[in-house]
Amino acid sequence: MAFGETPEVLLAQEVRKRYTKDGPWAVDGISLDLRRGEVVSIVGPNGAGKSTLIQMMLGLLVPDSGSIRIFGTDMATGRRKVAHRINYASTDLSLPYSLTVRENLMAYALIYNMTNIRERIEKVLVALNLEPFRDVRVGRLSTGQVARMGIAKALINDPELLFLDEPTATLDPEVSAQLRATLQGMVRDRNMTLLYTSHNMREVERFSDRLYLMNRGRLVAEGTVPALMTRFDTEDLEALFLQMVQRERESDE
Amino acid sequence: MNSSRPPVPLLAWRPLVGILFRQIVLYRRSVPRWMEIFYWPLLDLLVWGFLTLYLKKIPSFMPSAVTSLLGALLLWDLLYRAQQGISVMFLEEIWSKNLIHLLIAPITPFHVVGGAVLSSIVKVLLSSSVAAFLAYLLFSFRIFSLGLHLFFFILALLMMGWALGILTTAVILRYGQEAEVLAWGVIFLFQPFSAVFNPVSVLPQVAADISRAVPASYVFEGMRSVLVQGRLPVGDLMMAFLLDILYATVALFVYSRVITRARQKGFHLKLGS
Repeated sequence: MAFGETPEVLLAQEVRKRYTKDGPWAVDGISLDLRRGEVVSIVGPNGAGKSTLIQMMLGLLVPDSGSIRIFGTDMATGRRKVAHRINYASTDLSLPYSLTVRENLMAYALIYNMTNIRERIEKVLVALNLEPFRDVRVGRLSTGQVARMGIAKALINDPELLFLDEPTATLDPEVSAQLRATLQGMVRDRNMTLLYTSHNMREVERFSDRLYLMNRGRLVAEGTVPALMTRFDTEDLEALFLQMVQRERESDE
Repeated sequence: MNSSRPPVPLLAWRPLVGILFRQIVLYRRSVPRWMEIFYWPLLDLLVWGFLTLYLKKIPSFMPSAVTSLLGALLLWDLLYRAQQGISVMFLEEIWSKNLIHLLIAPITPFHVVGGAVLSSIVKVLLSSSVAAFLAYLLFSFRIFSLGLHLFFFILALLMMGWALGILTTAVILRYGQEAEVLAWGVIFLFQPFSAVFNPVSVLPQVAADISRAVPASYVFEGMRSVLVQGRLPVGDLMMAFLLDILYATVALFVYSRVITRARQKGFHLKLGS
């Protein structure tokens, strides 16, 4: 831990955000923390505010109130001080299709000011099983390979905190399992912290150390998967998810 | 994992090279992109070159005034490419859904502009060199007859083009892809007031007044002065640079404000979706 850093990799305090002056809160008073070496999931129905929250964590949006600190730095004002230590992949994003896998990684290694570029690219290609495609243009890859390519880009700077937004949404079960194993290995070996969103509750159940359940901009539950299932007396995470969303809906009515 | 890695320095060269590298590779592989650099300048050159051949045959036309049309064409194309180079690079990032990757990287939005300026220099150099060579080959027009002044003319035009490119980028960022037509059209708003093919003195008073606020008008007047009278009005060129600095300051201020506003309102997150 560098001087001046907090023990939490990420600390969000009472974060609120809405897009229009009188509109609904997209994120409404959320506080959470991530610690080193954890895999934490944020789950919730569409429109729960997960994306807005992650965009604020990345410094793409500034909160209306509250703060998000990563490695002790406020992301609203000091994003660039820590941006080289984090990265992000999302199925909503892509990379230039005319460039090969290696060229895209090369560009981002340069943009992240990496020095050992060739070595780093090879490591990432091996980790994501992309070596056979290193000289293939991204536009000629399958959907699953493009998803892995996005994660390869997110690993190019050897991040200490990685945000993955539905990384396995376009992958078949076998490739999803391989990717989870790769990411788990990185978390274990390199003490990386992983924040993860997914609609696949079985995956979240298997993969996460802790999870936060969001609905309508608020956190409605948090804890380890077994603790939450015991607390809410459910057999699996999907049942818990449905129960929580239903309960919220009833309380609103 | 090395948690003591220092932040990326503000003046680091690798991020700029990374942005430039992506652009160059994009061009290396794309025939339509090569056409954009060579096809339009070549067609313009042929149309205007043939016109000068005709005009030279009319006894009342001064040969130097006729050849200055070709010089004007080459310099106008340079201005157009400089502006377009910035705006189209930004659009390419939107089209390829890559903009967010750049905005979360440890660089500032000004690095993105810096990379665009570098790639614009490469494209302008390529396009202008080919056009200048063909102008000499086909119509015996030597752009280098402008001498050392040529460097200052080019610099003044590039600065104006970049400023307009940055401003266009800010508008696209703010209003989305509906505003992308500006990337191709905004420069033509300035063409009637830039005195590209005609002196400012022939313009109606209102248009002449407007042209005094356009840096390019001083460059094209200066170019004609060098070609026809063999002298450079230094004061006019200084005025062009002063206006360029003003344009660049306004453009960077607007760009910076739009980025700040985007982080509050999130309109940049919807681009390309």
